[in-house]
Amino acid sequence: MPSSVASDQVTLTVNGAPVVVPFAATVAVAMMIAGQACRTSVNGEPRGPLCGMGICFECRVTIDGKVHCRSCQVLCEQGMEVNTEK
Amino acid sequence: MIRETQLHFEVLVIGGGPAGMAAAARAAECDVRVGIVDDNFKLGGQIWRGQSEDKTSDSKQSTEASKWVERLSAAGVTSLCGLRVVHQPVAGVLLAENLDGFCELTYEKLILATGARERFLPFPGWTLPNVMGAGGLQAMVKCGLPIRGKRVIVAGTGPLLLAVAAYLREHGAEIPLISEQASWGNLARFGAALLGWPAKIIQGVQLKRSLAGIPFAANSWPLAAHGEQTLKSVTISRAGRVETIPCDYLACGFHLVPNIELPLLLGCALVNGCVQVDDFQRTTVASIFCTGEPTSIGGVELALVEGQIAGLASVGRTAEARALFGERHKARRFAQLLDRTFRLRPELRSLPLPETIVCRCEDVSHSRLREHTSWRSAKLHTRCGMGPCQGRICGAALQFLFKWKPDSVRPPVFPARVETLAATAGELNCNTAKG
Repeated sequence: MPSSVASDQVTLTVNGAPVVVPFAATVAVAMMIAGQACRTSVNGEPRGPLCGMGICFECRVTIDGKVHCRSCQVLCEQGMEVNTEK
Repeated sequence: MIRETQLHFEVLVIGGGPAGMAAAARAAECDVRVGIVDDNFKLGGQIWRGQSEDKTSDSKQSTEASKWVERLSAAGVTSLCGLRVVHQPVAGVLLAENLDGFCELTYEKLILATGARERFLPFPGWTLPNVMGAGGLQAMVKCGLPIRGKRVIVAGTGPLLLAVAAYLREHGAEIPLISEQASWGNLARFGAALLGWPAKIIQGVQLKRSLAGIPFAANSWPLAAHGEQTLKSVTISRAGRVETIPCDYLACGFHLVPNIELPLLLGCALVNGCVQVDDFQRTTVASIFCTGEPTSIGGVELALVEGQIAGLASVGRTAEARALFGERHKARRFAQLLDRTFRLRPELRSLPLPETIVCRCEDVSHSRLREHTSWRSAKLHTRCGMGPCQGRICGAALQFLFKWKPDSVRPPVFPARVETLAATAGELNCNTAKG
């Protein structure tokens, strides 16, 4: 797994597509830059971050296969694979 | 990274915002072993998030934040970031987990500085992506979200709205409107009362300068957010008139509510919805102190002075703690002023339509909740408040909409991994058997 090099940007994939984000951006920010919902609600609505501080759980995503990660509390890493939670 | 370890501190502080940092620094400066735990990946809490790196913004706050960071490091405080306390398996032991593992934290004295969150009120469309908390959107921008050229409506209530609008504009956002539900009368009384706080006046003048030219409406609130997959526009009620404004984001929060779940789990008594403390910030539970927003929503000055008092009192420096009582008294009067000024108006209770979602975790609509007389009943029949946020978002709304009292807190206070809970139960049993 390559670690992020000394650069001001990081590339990761969101739902399979590459996204470039500023260094030290959170995964929630990457989802918003990619224009992708973080999760799909019980009734099937798209949801994105609400509180920005780890309380609301609306921004939870799957990161490198790990489910229910609150994306606002995780920093992006080079090569990370993030998916909308269904 | 922490994996299945046990850590012991003479003073353990939960929460790394201003209150927790001040408490940890003052205690550690008395030569005791102090640990400070925060759920976020850095200390500073919400108000000081990213302050040490952000040179463009509010220099006074940055200086204050870096001052406390330096004091913590000089005093040798162990900081444990990205770690969340989820459970108290037995009295005196806290169980915490991060992305990779878990640990047990033990202490002689515990200081709870769990901060506050924004209050959210449901209105049609508030679940659309890009409708966020005011502090929520600010946090995202601090974490790298590009905001230059975006149109952001800032709405809700409380002093945070102005600070957020100023911050977003500094970072290139266009703010078509700040919509504040409080009346002009309340705001005028607030302005007049500020004369008692010269520091606040200076902050206010600086804020006014950075807000110049942004339309501000009192007696105003969002009626609906529109869009299909994401937000396109917001309909606002503005002094009785209704208008729809196109925008990219709605930053909307209705002041703050204290994070009292952990104090409640540990058995601390409440008074008026906040954690009850005595003059030395001691809760009703022996060896547990509480400081900052959980004891009353009062802002950073109150948090800093309460934190210092708790830190000093936790190591027996009562005379030094007592010397700060006057400062705290003054800061508490400001908290009462905030409460009076930004009290929610009853009209906001009629914002949700029957189909409007109130509990976002379980998608429970307003019409399904109306049939119930208590949160407990609604929980049992609709699962309202039983999703991952455990009622942290809908709870404050239910309290306002239906006057329902908060339900009791059950462990774990945050969703935790099964292995965290199971492994610790086993470990504790082993320890007991050996003992």
